[in-house]
Amino acid sequence: MTDLAIIGAGPAGLAAAIEAASLGLSVTVIDEQPAPGGQIFRNVERASSDPALAGEYGSDGAALVRRFRAAIQAGGIDYRASTTLWHLDTVGGVLSLRGESGTGSLVAQRVLLATGAQERPVPIPGWTLPNVLTAGAAQILLKQAGAVPRGRTVLAGQGPLLWLLADQLAKAGATPALLLETTPRGALRQALPAGLAGAGFWRGRAMLAKGATLMAASRRAGMRVISHVTGLRAEGEGRLQRITWDGGGSTEADTLLLHEGVIPSTHVSRALGLPHQWDETQLCWRPEVDAWGATPNPLLAVAGDGAGIGGWQAATATGALAALDAACRLGRLPEHARDSRAVPHRHLLRRMLALRPFLDRLYAPAPGVLAPADDDTIVCRCEEVTAGQVRAAAALGATGPNQAKAYLRTGMGPCQGRMCGTTVAAVIAQARGIPIAEAGALRPRAPFKPITVGELADLPAG
Amino acid sequence: MPNPSPAARTAYDAIVIGGGLVGAAIGYGLQRQGLATLLLDEGDIAHRASRGNFGLIWVQSKGLGNPHYQRWTRGSAEEWPALADDLHTRTGIDPRRHQPGGVTFCLGEEEFAARGEYMARMQAEAGNFGFEYRMIRAAEARDMLPGIGPEVTGVSWTPYDGHASPLHLLRALHTGFTGLGGTYLPNAGVTESTAAPGDFSVSAAGQRFTAPRVVLAAGLGNAALAPRFGLEAPVVPERGQILVTERTQNLLPMPTVSLRQTAEGSLMIGDSKEDAGLDTVTQSPEIMKTMARRAVRCFPWIAELNIVRAWSALRVMAPDGLPIYDQSERFPGAFTANCHSGVTLAGTHANRLAPMIAAGALVPEMSLFSARRFDVRTAA
Amino acid sequence: MFAQRPDPRPATVEVFVGDAALRVPEGSTAAAAVMLAGLPAIRETPVNGSPRLPYCMMGICFDCLAEIDGVANRQACMVTVRPGMRIAPQHGARAARMSA
Repeated sequence: MTDLAIIGAGPAGLAAAIEAASLGLSVTVIDEQPAPGGQIFRNVERASSDPALAGEYGSDGAALVRRFRAAIQAGGIDYRASTTLWHLDTVGGVLSLRGESGTGSLVAQRVLLATGAQERPVPIPGWTLPNVLTAGAAQILLKQAGAVPRGRTVLAGQGPLLWLLADQLAKAGATPALLLETTPRGALRQALPAGLAGAGFWRGRAMLAKGATLMAASRRAGMRVISHVTGLRAEGEGRLQRITWDGGGSTEADTLLLHEGVIPSTHVSRALGLPHQWDETQLCWRPEVDAWGATPNPLLAVAGDGAGIGGWQAATATGALAALDAACRLGRLPEHARDSRAVPHRHLLRRMLALRPFLDRLYAPAPGVLAPADDDTIVCRCEEVTAGQVRAAAALGATGPNQAKAYLRTGMGPCQGRMCGTTVAAVIAQARGIPIAEAGALRPRAPFKPITVGELADLPAG
Repeated sequence: MPNPSPAARTAYDAIVIGGGLVGAAIGYGLQRQGLATLLLDEGDIAHRASRGNFGLIWVQSKGLGNPHYQRWTRGSAEEWPALADDLHTRTGIDPRRHQPGGVTFCLGEEEFAARGEYMARMQAEAGNFGFEYRMIRAAEARDMLPGIGPEVTGVSWTPYDGHASPLHLLRALHTGFTGLGGTYLPNAGVTESTAAPGDFSVSAAGQRFTAPRVVLAAGLGNAALAPRFGLEAPVVPERGQILVTERTQNLLPMPTVSLRQTAEGSLMIGDSKEDAGLDTVTQSPEIMKTMARRAVRCFPWIAELNIVRAWSALRVMAPDGLPIYDQSERFPGAFTANCHSGVTLAGTHANRLAPMIAAGALVPEMSLFSARRFDVRTAA
Repeated sequence: MFAQRPDPRPATVEVFVGDAALRVPEGSTAAAAVMLAGLPAIRETPVNGSPRLPYCMMGICFDCLAEIDGVANRQACMVTVRPGMRIAPQHGARAARMSA
């Protein structure tokens, strides 16, 4: 029995664990990765001294993980690395786990999902070719193995991560040859009011300055930038060889790194039946939570990017807030103390979210990213189903991704719709002339991650 | 395509309420009979037994004590080849029918003996209609099915059984139905209705439709709909869970009652029953474990396969577990069809039941399936 | 194809990708080893036999399924390398071993 089970050891989970343990709660942190940090600070204990990763990763990330390790030392935190949650009984608070030493279960009084974000799928023609990866994937390869793409590397898409990655690759001696930026003409002008509102630019000035520095540095290192790119295609025989775009653009490439921003990972929160809403600004689903991250389910809270994209600092704030609320709900912290302790976290959160409306509007994905126009583009990578097939299913009568799944198997493969769910809904929405929110979302089920038949058969008595 | 797409016409020869396997098979049969048919369905999220169907065309355990149900089921298995060919030809979608016979596993001597008695009684009840089966000892069964576990004492086998892809079948029925000129309308839950003999109206998706025939095939929804048409459909949900493994190269030559291999190569593990109300979100690790354990005892080699997904769905169960087919005495022209086993019975639904409905009345033998059988029990 | 930078991250763990021995930094995953080895594909899909390499590297896309130490269909991006680990491409659908 643990007071608070935290799923995920990224910034939100770590901050929540540190805060909850400091309040005397017994905390269990479940994480798929072998070391704390989440995707953003992945492997930071080993890689923080890599000069290519200097900056937030090497300093702030390493510091956060050190604080977590110190909190473990101080007692009260049971940290279970390389462990996946495959089922959660939300009535009894029973977590079914699978780790390197087998399966097991754990009972928790409260459960915090801190499962973070995933990159938005970028379904362009040819995106399943070998050597087409997400930008985040290249960054993870740099963090976990110090590895960089060899040959001619092209980045495509938009958003702050692309510029950060370009800078990191440049520092690692592998400057990308080209950035194909998809931000449409006029997007900046349209996004400006969102930055001016609430003094967003002023409060987010440090972030803006950092962004400007990164852009200048990558250009200085020799990366060419082509703006307002549309109609991206990856081409090649059995592997990526060439990238083309509208207007006759074409370039040879050995590696293509795609990025159109990040979206909450809602696989588990969906599977648990939590209510979600379509975020019209961030163009993604997010679970419904209150100001403490609490969901309508009395057991469950969600913190960090999994509840809406805000970046790692905002995630530490929402993680800490959820921990305070957990302590309050479990009778370890009076409400007034919870509220007063929350003040600095809320202040940080406001500061970190100040620039978000501007960024969300500036880097809003084009309609063709949400719903690929080309009929031959694969939308479901696992079952190799194309946008055209989804459109045909919509014409036959599929009004949402669940019926499309029954017709086409989209979302039935190993990834269980993590990659294709929203794209399928967007294609159907476009075909039927309805909002994406109305098309709806897939309803995944446990096991959240695969478990073998034998492991299931040999589960210890519940 | 705008939504809601207004249907071009509002007067039909028949309205089928429910676009799952049962409604779609009947609708397909009616449209093929030349009746202009409207098939009304719910939206993306509904209690859809069809999406949770295990995919068996299963005969060998059906209808002990009720030989008419055994005959109806066997009739469906006989109709399946023609239905599958017809759908494949019309739509290009192969329902993946495979009817090589099927087996039920027995673990331990007691199960084998009990199964033997069960099958003998099935045969006795079948009388002149006949019921071919064999009780096969493990040593011989090992030649039929690779990798059977040491705890398996034997199997019962009948030649009638088989399986198909419920998803291909559903898509083929929808495609075939619309291809024949039928109107399929999703997001069209019934809001209002009126009934008079041979004259029905149904409001759905903001429109009012009329027809001289109406067929209630709305699964669990029939319970509430039926009284409006002078019918009864006392059906309740029974939750079943299914586990699905990753695709595997190993080949199972025939289906078993609780384990089958899909045409794509996945193994499906099923046959759980529980009473869980209308809950299809929760899944119980205990039940999943029981299912997995029995599967591993039957086929030890599947232990290393990954389960990639699992789901639960609600079977549509009458109090005695048998289908209810009925016609309204008060409002002739109104029919109802209620059953689980929507894949098994697709053959009779499309090829036998639909022609009866098109002709205006169920044949007398069908009265054994009437919901009036429950009134008799209450009276007695 | 990815390349190592031995200065900041010394390659100390020997693994086998296919039959070729390769040293990779501690903390790398099997998927990273495949990228460093320059394999043309980590798997061919069971649907159409299309070649794939890792796409997301964070456990989401399942495109890095590989046979690791004899166990089929493992998410290579979620498996940390160990000395002597054998990583082989997953060719289409897996097989289950019937010897048991």
